[in-house]
This record gives sequence, structure tokens and C-alpha cells, in this order.
Amino acid sequence: MAWTDYRFDADQLSLRRNETKQATLPVATAAIITDAMTLIDLANPTRFLTLTARLLPWLAALTAILLLIGLYQSAVAPDDYQQGATVKIMFIHVPNAWLSMFVWGVMSLAALGTLVWRHPLADVAAKAAAPIGAAFTFLALVTGSLWGRPMWGTYWEWDARLTSVLILFLMYLGLIALWRAVEDPSRAARAAAILTLVGAINLPIIKFSVDWWNTLHQPASVMRLGGPTLDRAFLIPLLVMAVAFSLLFVTLHLAAMRNEILRRRVRALQMMQARQRPA
Amino acid sequence: MSLGPYASFIVTSYLLVMVVVLILIAWIAIDYRRQKQRVRELDASGVVRRSGRSAAEVR
Repeated sequence: MAWTDYRFDADQLSLRRNETKQATLPVATAAIITDAMTLIDLANPTRFLTLTARLLPWLAALTAILLLIGLYQSAVAPDDYQQGATVKIMFIHVPNAWLSMFVWGVMSLAALGTLVWRHPLADVAAKAAAPIGAAFTFLALVTGSLWGRPMWGTYWEWDARLTSVLILFLMYLGLIALWRAVEDPSRAARAAAILTLVGAINLPIIKFSVDWWNTLHQPASVMRLGGPTLDRAFLIPLLVMAVAFSLLFVTLHLAAMRNEILRRRVRALQMMQARQRPA
Repeated sequence: MSLGPYASFIVTSYLLVMVVVLILIAWIAIDYRRQKQRVRELDASGVVRRSGRSAAEVR
């Protein structure tokens, strides 16, 4: 099978194999292309639904188990010599803060998929990720604030890190509003993709804000060139929670993508139904 | 396990994360049921996809 043996059906959100063409390629080349087509098959929205139905129960179970392990490790972690027991807030604040940026990164890749390759799943992926990313960013802001009150003596400070994350949260809300405001999904997709890529400029600003400016927020203590500065007693629960929250994102994202594909199928069918009705 | 003088901040943080995650899960689950219901209704009304498959068929 060659790439041209597939055709894209925008209304049905699917890639369909053109059965009339015959493969006439050498065996080795055909094998490589078959592997590539397997990936394409997974990127087909219709096959994606089948794959999601199989994967979601396992992902949900794995996420729940890891969250329980992470919560237990957070509960039994020792108090920090400076922060006391409030260090436990870090085990949920940091994963949410990482994911707030990671989700925008995923949306930026999806935006490239929409603008460059016009892939039917790219826009679906970006739209489905936005509310989840907004929730993680909201949690990062609020848990950070709840940690800041006892540790810094204030809930909020207009320093570079906090302000840039607040801007990220507002950008998530703006994107969600944009998708809701434009009725045609393909037109909304292009506008949202451009806004997402422009917003990606904020990611390095958030990451390096603590190095570029004199901020109240502490510098990186895990993802840094010299390795983590955290003691293992804090690092292990933090990493377990980070993996658990990342899996939570993957699970929720796949489920939300499945919903979005169904929503678009409903829209396409409703339009077909309207066309089929006698005048 | 003693949470010290700032126990309310710690407990509020964990409860808030739990509530928001549960809301996300519930929202996605309700949305899935709603979309499946719409697809079933369209299927019952006789609309078929351009591929010729029924509306409710996932494959």
C-alpha cells in the first residue's frame, strides 16, 4: 500500500483505503510502508475510537493505582526542615505546574498538525486538551497560593513566574472561548492553532522566569542541569505523583478526544439529515 | 501523621485537587453518554454515514 492509496474524507473524519489500487512495490519497501501505514491507521479517527475503547480501561486502572501509591508516599513523607508538613502541597502543586506547560506543548504540536498537515485528529487533540490544561493550570495556581500563604506570608505576588502562569491560564480560557464562539470546527481550528503557537512563546518565559528575573518563586530544583537538589525522601513521591498525573492527563485526553470525534460525527450526520429531508 | 499548624492549607489543597479532578472525570463521562445518545438517536432515525455504515457503528 502507498500513501496515495488512502483518501481523506473530511465529512466523516476518516481516512479510507482505496481498494482499487494494487501494491506493486518491492517486498522491503512495502514492509516499511506497511509499518508507516499502521501508524496512519492509528491516526484514523474511526480506528482511533476502537483503539481508545481498548486502552482507556487499562490506562484508568494504572492511573488510579499510581495515584494511590503517590498519595500514600506523600502522606508518609517526612516534614521538610524549613517548610514542615507544607512540603506535602508540593507533591500536587509541582505535577500540576509541569502539566500546565506540557499540555500547552501538546496543543502546540497539534496546532502544527492542523496548520501544516491538516490532520483530522490534530485539531481534535488540541480542542480536547484545552479544558484539561486549564484545570491543571488552575490547580497549580491555587495550590501554589495555598503553599505561599504560610511560607511567603502572602497568597499572591506579581512576580514573573506567578504572573506568566496566570497569563497561561487566561490563554487557555481564551482558546476555549474561541472554539465555542466559531461554529464551523475547521475555521475555529485554524484560528485556535495560530493562537496556540503564538501562546507557546509563554512556555520558555514561564520555565526561565526564575532565572531571568529576581522572583519570589524558587528556582528549579528537579529539572536542572546539575540534577535534582531534592532529597530522595521528597523526590520519589514527587516523581510518582508526576507520572500519575501525566497518566491522568493521557487518560482524560483520550476520553475527551473520543467525545470530540463523536460530537463531530453527530454534527456531520445532522447536516446530512438536513440535506436528505424533502424540501 | 501530624500536619502541623498549617494543616488547613494542606488539606484544602488536596481536597481541591480531588474535587477538580472528579469534576473533569464526571464532565467527560457525561459528555460521552450524551454524544453516544445523540448518535443512537440519529441511527434510529435512519441516517447513515457516507461510508454506508450506521451512525452508531464505531468501527
